[in-house]
Amino acid sequence: MQHLLDVKDLEVTFALRTGSLIAIHGVNFTVDKGERVGLVGESGAGKSVTGFAIINLISKPGYISNGSVLFNGRDLASLSDEEMRHIRGNRISMIFQDPMMTLNPVLTIGTQMIETLQAHLKISKTDAADIALEKLHKVHIPSPEKRLRQYPHEFSGGMRQRIVVAIALLVDPSLIIADEPTTALDVTIQAEIMDLLRELCESEDTGLILITHDLGVVAQITEKVVVMYSGNIVEMGTTTEIIENPRHPYTKGLIQAIPDKRNPGERLNQIPGVMPTLMDIPPGCSFHPRCTIKGEICTREIPKLKEIDSTGKIVACHMVSAEGEVQ
Amino acid sequence: MFAFAVRRITQAIVVMLVISLIGFAIKHEIGDPVRDIVGVSVSVAEREALRDKLGLNDPFIMQYARFVKDALHGDLGHSFFFKKPALDVITAKAPATLELVFVSSLIIIFVSIPIGIYTAINPKNWFSRLTMGVSIVGVSIPVFLTAIILIYIFAVELHWLPSYGRGQTINIYGWESGFFTLDGLKHLILPSIALSSIMLPLFIRLIRSEMMEVLETEYVKFAWAKGLSKYRIWLLHAFKNTLLPVITVGGVQLGILIAFTILTETVFQWQGMGFMFLEAVERSDTALLVAYLIVVGALFVVVNTIVDIIYGLVNPTVRITGRK
Repeated sequence: MQHLLDVKDLEVTFALRTGSLIAIHGVNFTVDKGERVGLVGESGAGKSVTGFAIINLISKPGYISNGSVLFNGRDLASLSDEEMRHIRGNRISMIFQDPMMTLNPVLTIGTQMIETLQAHLKISKTDAADIALEKLHKVHIPSPEKRLRQYPHEFSGGMRQRIVVAIALLVDPSLIIADEPTTALDVTIQAEIMDLLRELCESEDTGLILITHDLGVVAQITEKVVVMYSGNIVEMGTTTEIIENPRHPYTKGLIQAIPDKRNPGERLNQIPGVMPTLMDIPPGCSFHPRCTIKGEICTREIPKLKEIDSTGKIVACHMVSAEGEVQ
Repeated sequence: MFAFAVRRITQAIVVMLVISLIGFAIKHEIGDPVRDIVGVSVSVAEREALRDKLGLNDPFIMQYARFVKDALHGDLGHSFFFKKPALDVITAKAPATLELVFVSSLIIIFVSIPIGIYTAINPKNWFSRLTMGVSIVGVSIPVFLTAIILIYIFAVELHWLPSYGRGQTINIYGWESGFFTLDGLKHLILPSIALSSIMLPLFIRLIRSEMMEVLETEYVKFAWAKGLSKYRIWLLHAFKNTLLPVITVGGVQLGILIAFTILTETVFQWQGMGFMFLEAVERSDTALLVAYLIVVGALFVVVNTIVDIIYGLVNPTVRITGRK
C-alpha cells in the first residue's frame, strides 16, 4: 500500500557564511492515511525543521539538500513554487506553536479564513464564508457569525488556537502538521485543543504529525512515535511500545522525566547534560556524552537504525540488542 | 470611534493653546506695536497714553486672553509691511505652499512604497544595494543643494523646465492654483522633487526595515503555510502591518516637510508661505511671523490628527480603545 507521506533520506542543510551545517541527517519515516504520528525530542532536535521541510518552508538559509518527501507518491521537494503553493494549506496544513503570533493582527478572522479557501478553490466569498462558519462551529467557537468579523486581539489564546485549527481544516487536508500546538497554552486548554485535534483527525480520517517534546501528549493522541536527537531518528515504533518498552537510552530518559511517573516528593529524573548544537556534534553516536550505558564503540561509530525485536520497533544504539542492554 | 475623535480633538486644542502662547510671548517680547503705529517724533508721554489705550500695560495673562480671543475671530494681527491683516497675507500665500507640499507628498508616497517593498523582498539584489547606497547619500545632501543641482541640470543646461516661480496660475474661488495649466505644472516639477528628496530616502529605508521585520513574523510564515499567493502575502499581510509605524512617523515628517518649504521656496523664488516667512524675518514683521507660526502650527495639528485617524482605521486595536 502507498503511504500518505513517505519521507526518504531527508537531509536539511543550513548554508551559513562560515560553512554548511547539516541539521537533519537523512531521516526516514512514513505516515499513512488517518495515522497520527508523534515527532518527539528536545528543543533543537530537528523536529520543527523536519515538519517545515515536508511543506518545503524551511527558513533561509536552510534547504533540503538530499532525499525526498513523497506525498501520495509525488516528491514535494522537487515541485515548483506554484505547485507547492497548491499543496500548502490545501492538502497539507500546518498548525503553529504560538496562537498569539500566528494570526495576522490587522485582518479579521473572516478575511484570514476566506482567503485560504479562495487560494485553493474556485469559490465565491459567500460560499467560502459558509465553509468558514461550518469549521468554526466544528472547533466549538460560539456565535461564529459574529466572530468572523472580529480581529485576533478580540480572542483568548485558546480561542485563537481553535481558529488556527479551523483554518488548518478549511480545505479538508489529508495531512496536518502540528508544531507544538499547545506549548504556549495553559494546561486545561492544552487538553481541550488536543482532544479537539484527535477528534477532528479521527472523524475526517486525516493524518497528523504532532511535533512535541511532551511524551504525555504523545501517549494520548498518537499511534506511532518517532524520537529524534540532534537531527537523527534514534528510535521509532508504535506508541504503546515506545512508552511501555523504550529501548534507546535517550527515549528512556525522556520517559523517566515525565512528572506523573514519579511519586510525590521524589526528585524528577533528568538526562544529564544538554543536546549538542549543530556546531559541535560529537563523533560517533551524538548522544554518547550524555549516555549512561555508552561503550567504546559509541565514540567512534555512528549507530544505524536496526530492528531489535519482533515488535517492529527500530533503535539506533550500539548497546541495545534483542536480548537486552550492553553485549 | 467618537470617543477617539473627541480625545484627539481635545489634545489638538491643548497643542494649539501652547503654540499660541509661544507665539504671543514672541510678539510680546519682540514686537512693539506703538513703534509700528507712530513715528520716532512722538513724545514718551503720548506713547504711554497710547499704550494704555491699546491695553499694552495690562497684565500678560489678560493680553494673552485678548490675543486668543482675537485669534479665534480670525484676527492674528496686522502686517505692518503689507498694511493688511496678517492672516490675509498668509492665506494668499498658502495655496502655493500647500500645492508644493501636496505634490511632494504624492511623490514620496508613490516612490517610497514600491521601492521600500521591493528592496525588503529582495534585500540582496543589485537594485536594493544600489538604492540603499544612494539613499545614504540622499539623506545627507541638504535640500538647497539638491535644488541648485536640479536647476543647473534641468533648467540651465537642458532647458527642459523653468527654474523659478509658479508660472501661470488660475484663481479658483480665491485659491491660486498651478494645477490646471501646463505651465503651472511644469513649474511644480523641480521644486516638488527637491522638497521630496529630503524625506524620500528616509521613507524608503523606514518601509524597507519595517517590512523586513514583518516578513520574519510567525503570521507571515503562517500565511505561506496557508498556500496564499506571494503577492497577497507581501502586499496585504506584510504591507498592512508595515504601514502602522510608517504612518506614525509619516505624520510627523509631513509637518517637517512644511517647515522645509522655507528653503525650497527661497531657492525657487516660490511665492508661498515659506518665502514670505523669510522675507518677514528680514523686515522684522513680527505680527506676520507670529501669524505664520500659528497657521503652520494649526496645519501641523490638523495633519497629525488626520494621520491618527487613518492609523485608527488601519490598526484594529486602536478602534477598540476608542470604543470604551
